[in-house]
Amino acid sequence: MEKLEHKFLKEYNYELGAVDKGYTNRTLYINVGTHEIKEKPVTSLMKDKFIGGKGFGLYYLWQAVTESTKWDDPENEIIISSGPIGGITQYPGSGKSLVVTLSPLTNMPIDSNAGGYFGPFLKFAGFDALELQGKAEKDVLIFIDGTKGTITIEEMPGGGVDTHILGEQLTEKYADNEEDKRNIAVISTGTAAEHTNIGLLNFTFYDVRRKGIRLKQAGRGGIGTVFRDKHIKALVIKCAGVKGDLNHPVDKLTLNKTGIKLHKEMHDLDNSQNQMRKIGTANIISIMDQYDLLPTHNYKFGAHKDTFKISPEVFISKVTQNSPDGCWHGCSMACAKAADHFELKTGPYKGQKVTIDGPEYENAAGLGSNCGIFDPDVILELNFYCDTYGIDTISYATLTAFVMECYENGILNKERTGGLELNFGNIEANFELIHQMAKGEGFGKIAGLGIRKMKEIFAKEYGADPQFLFDIGMEQKGLEFSEYLPKESLAQQGGYGLTNKGPQHDEAWLIFMDMVNNQIPTFEDKAEALHYYPMFRTWFGLNGLCKLPWNDIAPADNKLTDEPAKIPEHVQNYVDIFNAVTGKTIDKFELIRQSERVYNFQRIFNIRMGFGKRIHDKLPYRAMGPVTVEEYQSREERYDQQLKELLGYDTTGKTTEEKIKVLREYREDQYEKLTDAVYKRRGWTMDGVPTVEKLRELGMDLPELLEVVEKHR
Amino acid sequence: MIKLNNRDCEWHEGLTVEELLRLKNYTYPRIVVSVNAVIVPEEAYASTVIEDGDKVEAIHLMAGG
Ligand code: SF4
Repeated sequence: MEKLEHKFLKEYNYELGAVDKGYTNRTLYINVGTHEIKEKPVTSLMKDKFIGGKGFGLYYLWQAVTESTKWDDPENEIIISSGPIGGITQYPGSGKSLVVTLSPLTNMPIDSNAGGYFGPFLKFAGFDALELQGKAEKDVLIFIDGTKGTITIEEMPGGGVDTHILGEQLTEKYADNEEDKRNIAVISTGTAAEHTNIGLLNFTFYDVRRKGIRLKQAGRGGIGTVFRDKHIKALVIKCAGVKGDLNHPVDKLTLNKTGIKLHKEMHDLDNSQNQMRKIGTANIISIMDQYDLLPTHNYKFGAHKDTFKISPEVFISKVTQNSPDGCWHGCSMACAKAADHFELKTGPYKGQKVTIDGPEYENAAGLGSNCGIFDPDVILELNFYCDTYGIDTISYATLTAFVMECYENGILNKERTGGLELNFGNIEANFELIHQMAKGEGFGKIAGLGIRKMKEIFAKEYGADPQFLFDIGMEQKGLEFSEYLPKESLAQQGGYGLTNKGPQHDEAWLIFMDMVNNQIPTFEDKAEALHYYPMFRTWFGLNGLCKLPWNDIAPADNKLTDEPAKIPEHVQNYVDIFNAVTGKTIDKFELIRQSERVYNFQRIFNIRMGFGKRIHDKLPYRAMGPVTVEEYQSREERYDQQLKELLGYDTTGKTTEEKIKVLREYREDQYEKLTDAVYKRRGWTMDGVPTVEKLRELGMDLPELLEVVEKHR
Repeated sequence: MIKLNNRDCEWHEGLTVEELLRLKNYTYPRIVVSVNAVIVPEEAYASTVIEDGDKVEAIHLMAGG
């Protein structure tokens, strides 16, 4: 193994301290440009109003930047924080790290979460959050030794940055022996993060059975790009002796009881429910296809005749079974699956046998059907390269699907792509594209800028119709859509469009409730759902929690409850574990208010940065309905029927173009009405700005927030 | 005509829950079916006949995303 040379730039010693009721009450600030390292106290305002995790990230970022700061300015920060519940081992899904920065794709705050051990280790090493600011001259590595209380900034020039190698090397270097490797967690990215706007961060954990590192990603929004722009090569943390009570919770008994209850559910019911332990999130590929929701050919269609080739059963046969793959201790959902001994067929690592983390549903749908690829091994290999090169699989997939549609429409051609024949389904061209991104060469460099920038370039340089590009380019606020087809669910259009960070489904996933179950028929019903679910889901990010154990498993009698979609028993579990750790006495209503405070803060942050208003919540029409004749005609019966039933429009003798136009006016109008209803429910003006009254009601009438909303009233 | 999830839905004599789910391509394994507010257990899908005018709900307990 290559020897890693490091030159020490700064060493800092600190008192180790202990966690009390979920908090260390201290955060760590590191400036990689000036080498300043300092500790900051966690104030009661931070705990009361921002809770932790993404709340702390946004709080610090607000103070670090001004309205004119750009993502690549030294003052931009990357903040990593777990949250008060983060690190407990009793309740499944409690090891997430939340990462916040100004995004190169959206130019406003992005938040993304990752599994792996870094977040909990950071807390047990003594800090509720880590702020990284500045820009190093040469590549640096930061090592936090939570066993000794030392922090070093080390120069680390040369050598590769691709995670599957670097993560392994650093785990080896900083562990005293094999046994000690489980105490090391690394954050790094890869070579493509240096040349694209879609860089991600990989968070490692050491898999003692496989004797190798595993990777979990903070994928969305280009955080890895910021990381490399700061010339940070890696963060390494060491923390020994993880055990159940390190958070010093006030009520360990309740934690134990609540955890055991969920473990039992998982054990008894997972096989008959979602089979998360067998295949993880990829369990829904076929279902999505059968309900016409699987994005296919750049979201034109929702199903494909070849989906069976990438069905969950196919992936089950590829990923290692009967392995407790939790990405933090105590997660009995264990969905962090992996395909082992996979021999790579392309690229610089061709011939190597590797472990591939995943595939998760998003990867299979995005890298697969959305790009017209139905070969599971190709999906796995693309997944591997996205991870090790440090790029977000979702953005990569969605932008490749966009490029493919542009290619098939003549907006791009071989000359413009440097010889890449980027038709849907072209596997070779797809691999070449990703390898080009890693080298910062050719068309890969342009594609890596993201859909928003490509739209500008294609209109300007190639004379493409900007309206068509807007219609088919599946991005909003600069972020590429995640992999669900929202055309037939108005509520899910809102779930994508009326979000803070852009169209990532982690705020709300309402497709079945809306489209199939018809449980939220009116605008008010949908608005209520688009209030409740985004707030509820935001809460996971404040506390260092994973969303999956909330609703990817449900108690046997859940269906008999008043609101099965909320999984009421699990909501109560979260209230109970929050109170058990922190000693507070929240109820399920205060839980929502905790999120509302941070959610509104983030909205105002966006507005402060020049975004986050109604105009920014507009969607590309591809998300709402058929853009092209081909799309309309593929579902003609459905659309004709809707025109007749909903609008009383007589379709006889009408051309497809005429019908598309009428349907489009109707659907766009529906989205506007939904937007009105949602803004009203959230306590915002019709321009999408939180009102002063709403801020007062939440206790978020902080002077800096009032200043922004007053300006935009 | 019956109501399925509060939307109009074609009906024919002898329509069973099992057939309705098949016709609608409702393949998801975790669906809770009720006919006129009475839950129908999965074992009874094939033998439960839906009458004209019935109110059927087929709620997919789909977590997703
Ligand atoms: S459910 Fe999966 S992603 Fe979430 S914490 Fe557990 S193993 Fe990790």
